[in-house]
Amino acid sequence: MPTIAPLDLDSHVVTAQFIGSVPFFAAADGHVHRLDQGLKTEKVHEGLLSAAHDAATNSLITGGEDGRVCRIRPDGGVTELAHVARKWISVVAPGPSGAVAFAHGKVATAITADGKRTEFTEERTVEALAFAPKGLRLAAARYNGVSLHWVATPGQPVDLEWKGAHTGVTFSPDGRFVVTTMQENALHGWKLDTKPGSDTRHMRMTGYPAKVKSTSWSVKGKWLATSGAPAAIVWPFSSKDGPMGKAPLELGTRANILVTSVAFHPAEEVLAIGFIDGMILGVRLSDQKEALLRRPGKGAITAMSWSLNGKLVAFASEAGDCGVIDITA
Amino acid sequence: MSEAAPSKPTPVTVLTGYLGAGKTTLLNRILTESHGKKYAVIVNEFGEIGIDNDLIVESDEEIYEMNNGCVCCTVRGDLIRVVEGLMRRPGRFDGIIVETTGLADPVPVAQTFFMDDDVRAKTELDAVVALVDARHLPLRLKDSREAEDQIAFADVVIVNKTDLVTPEELARIEATVRAINPSARIHRAERSKVELSKVLNQGAFNLERALENDPHFLDHDHPDHVCGPDCDHDHHHHDHDHHAHGHDHDHHHHNHDHACGPDCTHDHHHHDHHDHGHKGEVSPIHDVTVTSISLRGGEMNPDRFFPWIQKVTQTDGPNILRLKGIISFKGDDERYVVQGVHMIVEGDHQRPWKDGEKRESRLVFIGRNLDREKLEKSFKACEAAA
Repeated sequence: MPTIAPLDLDSHVVTAQFIGSVPFFAAADGHVHRLDQGLKTEKVHEGLLSAAHDAATNSLITGGEDGRVCRIRPDGGVTELAHVARKWISVVAPGPSGAVAFAHGKVATAITADGKRTEFTEERTVEALAFAPKGLRLAAARYNGVSLHWVATPGQPVDLEWKGAHTGVTFSPDGRFVVTTMQENALHGWKLDTKPGSDTRHMRMTGYPAKVKSTSWSVKGKWLATSGAPAAIVWPFSSKDGPMGKAPLELGTRANILVTSVAFHPAEEVLAIGFIDGMILGVRLSDQKEALLRRPGKGAITAMSWSLNGKLVAFASEAGDCGVIDITA
Repeated sequence: MSEAAPSKPTPVTVLTGYLGAGKTTLLNRILTESHGKKYAVIVNEFGEIGIDNDLIVESDEEIYEMNNGCVCCTVRGDLIRVVEGLMRRPGRFDGIIVETTGLADPVPVAQTFFMDDDVRAKTELDAVVALVDARHLPLRLKDSREAEDQIAFADVVIVNKTDLVTPEELARIEATVRAINPSARIHRAERSKVELSKVLNQGAFNLERALENDPHFLDHDHPDHVCGPDCDHDHHHHDHDHHAHGHDHDHHHHNHDHACGPDCTHDHHHHDHHDHGHKGEVSPIHDVTVTSISLRGGEMNPDRFFPWIQKVTQTDGPNILRLKGIISFKGDDERYVVQGVHMIVEGDHQRPWKDGEKRESRLVFIGRNLDREKLEKSFKACEAAA
């Protein structure tokens, strides 16, 4: 049985994330905690809504009810990147080489490392943002599809259309696919590397009993793991056409206990699966062998993050009972 | 599916009403009066809310059609997002108030609280409250369908700015509101002054409470008027309204418990009437397209009733704004209550029938283009064999 260093906070914790070797826990009350030779806490927002890891600069990007977008460095230092008075910043996305994007209402804003700001106005509310792995290309999820913008070069966006509300968006690590989570219990995918002039290739991934809130790509993007079912649903993306016509893996199946968070190991095809009751399982894809990493706790797992060496898993919960699991123990 | 600790859902009040009807004034009162409760408010624009309250959230009304082929299955995407954010820190407030724009359709707002699993898990729609500007209602009803929808959909209608109209005009306005929505509770107000206990914590969508609080809501011997806090009007003179309204009742011997304000001085014993059926007939000022249909039957056969209500809501769903009812099933000692919005229907046993309580089934539909005769006939066909 792995050992757990618990961290009990008294707020809904939105994100757990390793920044370097330090696990960070971003709480909805606006405090960002980190376990760096003891617990250290910074008050960053009046209410924190969103947080994402910026691998390029090794920092945490946060958005708040106070209309601020902040960058938090490993030592806890906070820089305000933007402030939009009286707006909730519920969407933040880190990009290549220090670029950051955030959204409020119908407006998405990209800030590049040199401080240059570019605004993109959509016809409908921007529900989620993601940068492509290469090039300054930003995907904005919205009602009836995704808009793809080149940040540095002005011009018409490429519109990926699919009827319905798209609430999350992610690029595959090789940049060949864009996948959204939807208001209905489904994912939708587009294949981007089609020949010019040929039909758009759509992928519908359905059958979930609940909304998909968490997605994670395996190393090299061979698999996309998702929450939203009483098992982690893992779609194969290694072939040319992605998961078209293929059945997903179902890992860590538990009767009626919903998976709320998934996180792939940084180097191996091992998936951490967090459940609504706070339990966490580790599952190896090759033989689907399961290991219990954490027994059920007080609340649903909201986020998990592996340390770079793949030995530790930081986890966050809706009830504030967080911690770090050492899987080598 | 959840094993998370069950906590009491947070009540949500939806405030509708045309621009200028007094929503902001009412909101300011809710936020400033000392009632020991804190409210988070979701508004379309900060506008004139003169209160410094960090729990006021601005949100663009964003209507999402669900991708299930049903045109009336709409939700408010912005509410899903904001409510999710608010509910991460539920200790900050006791309830949520959603203010809609004057032109807003209240249906997607309400449906959000039924159709989105995350929202539904943590919150509970308490009531839809419509503010009506007594002076401008006739004009509004002529030029907009939204004004009518807001009244038709409401659980509580506040007829505001009563000081700006004559008693006769006011009586007509109330008759009009009643014609559009016979089951709403109506209150009068000047400058949005209405007791907050009549607006908040109504439990109108709660199957346990909806009918308990207002046992007469489906009774058609229900009075069609209400009184404001300064009520001193003479109820004996209401006949003209009632007749204009198609009420076929006797005004001479019947008690009823209609809603009056604290200072109401009228004599309740003399306001008498029997069993007047609102037939959705309308006052001459009202360009009405919404009708209400009240059905009454005996004990029902569940094997007929459930397929029937499913079919009605599937086929007529887009035309049904609200439905509410109490059903008596043969051989069942508990009252069964149902309510619905468009195609969404919910039902549950509420409580045992009381001794001496008449075991009958009643159902009210509020909507457009409803076929009264067909509904009456098919409802009757669900009755259990004697």
